Amino acid sequence: MRYNERELLSLARQPAEKAAEILMRLPKKGSVLKKRLVKLVVNFLFYFRTDESEPIGALLLEHCRIAKEEENVFSISFIEEPERKYCFECDSEEQCREWIEALKRASYEFMRRSLIFYRNEIQKMTGKDPLEQFGISEEARFQLGTRK
Amino acid sequence: MKLNERSVAHYATCDSPTDHAGFLRKRVERHHHHAHHHHATSYQRRWFVLKGNLLFYFEERESREPMGLVVLEGCTVELCEAAEEFAFAIRFDDAGARAYVLVADGQAAMEAWVKAISRASFDYMRLVVRELEKQLEEACKSLAACRNSPRRSSSSGRKRHLSNPALQPLQEKPAVLENGYSTWGSGGGVPGGATCPDRDGGHAKPPPLPPRRRSAAGSAAVSPAMPESPVSPDTACFSKLHSWYGQEIVVLRREWQERQKRGHP
Repeated sequence: MRYNERELLSLARQPAEKAAEILMRLPKKGSVLKKRLVKLVVNFLFYFRTDESEPIGALLLEHCRIAKEEENVFSISFIEEPERKYCFECDSEEQCREWIEALKRASYEFMRRSLIFYRNEIQKMTGKDPLEQFGISEEARFQLGTRK
Repeated sequence: MKLNERSVAHYATCDSPTDHAGFLRKRVERHHHHAHHHHATSYQRRWFVLKGNLLFYFEERESREPMGLVVLEGCTVELCEAAEEFAFAIRFDDAGARAYVLVADGQAAMEAWVKAISRASFDYMRLVVRELEKQLEEACKSLAACRNSPRRSSSSGRKRHLSNPALQPLQEKPAVLENGYSTWGSGGGVPGGATCPDRDGGHAKPPPLPPRRRSAAGSAAVSPAMPESPVSPDTACFSKLHSWYGQEIVVLRREWQERQKRGHP
C-alpha cells in the first residue's frame, strides 16, 4: 500500500500532544524492550531511536485497544490481530496511566463519537442542533449511528 | 519508516463510518528525469474512500485492500488549473512534495469532495468537539440556573451524567471497549419538564482557531493562525471559521466559473 511518507515524516516533526522516552517492545517474536522516543501527534504514534530525528515507525491509532498490562506497562494492539501487542514500559504508574488516557482519546473515531454524543445531548437539552448554525449538520461524519 | 500497514488496510475496509466515497480520476505522476519527456498526462479511475483524516484509494470498488493512502493532515485543497474539468488538487506545505490531482465526475461531486477533504483534519474535528463541549457545559449551567427556583432537586448529581462518559472512564460509564467501539449506555438524559428560555448562541469565550497548518512549524494542537489568515485568534470564533471556509469555496467556485466563461480551450 502506497502512502505519502513525506507528509507523515513532516507530521512527526510537529509539536506533540505527548512525548516521552519510554521502553518499547515490538510484537515480533524475540523482541526486547528498547528505549525509544515516543511521540503522539493527532492519531499517530511515532517512535524514534532516542538520538535520531526521523522516526523508525508510526502507528495509526484507529481501531486499537490500549490496555494496562503489568506494573508500569501498557500495550497497544489492533482489533484484527489482538494478540500482536506493542508493549510500553513507563517510569511510573502515573506515567502509564497518563499515556493510556491520552492514547484512548487519540483516535479520530473517538472524537467522532464524542461529537455525536455532545450534539445529541445539546439537542435534547436545548431542542437545537448545534451543528446547524455552522452549516455542517448534514455531513456524513457527524451523523448518529454507524454507516458503511 | 515503518507503518502498521495491515491495521491501516483493515481500518480502510472495515465497517467504521465513511465520510465520503466515490470514483475519482487520479492523475498519474511521472518522474521528471525520464529520458523522454512526454506531455500527455494520463488519469486512472480509482475508488476513493475518505475516513477521518485518511484518504484511501482502491483499484476497483470491490478491491479488498487499498492501493494507497493519502494522510490528509496539514493539506490544502484547491481547484485546479489542469486541462481537465472538475479537477482539484491536494497539496502539502513541503516545497518538494507532490500534489495529488484528482478529477471528479461533475461540478457537484467536485464541490462535495473539496468540502469533505477541507474538513477532514483531526485538528478541525477537535475544534468542533471542543466547541460542542463548551456549549453543552453552558447549556447545563443555564438549565441548572432554571432549576434553581421553586423545587430543590438534586440537579448536581444529574449534571455529572451529562458529561462525556468516555472522558471519565473512572466514573460511572464503561471505558472504551476492547474492539475500539464504546457504548454510551443511557448517557444521562435530562428528565423532561421545564424548558429553559432560549439562550442566545453567544459564546462566553471564543475557542482558539486551529491553524491552516501552512508550515512544518505549525502546531498539532490549537495555535495562533498564520499572518495571512484573515481570521485572527483574538477575534476568532467558531462561526467565523466556518464562514471563512465557506467563503473560500465560494471564491474558488466563482473564479472557476469565470475561467469557464472566458473560454476553455
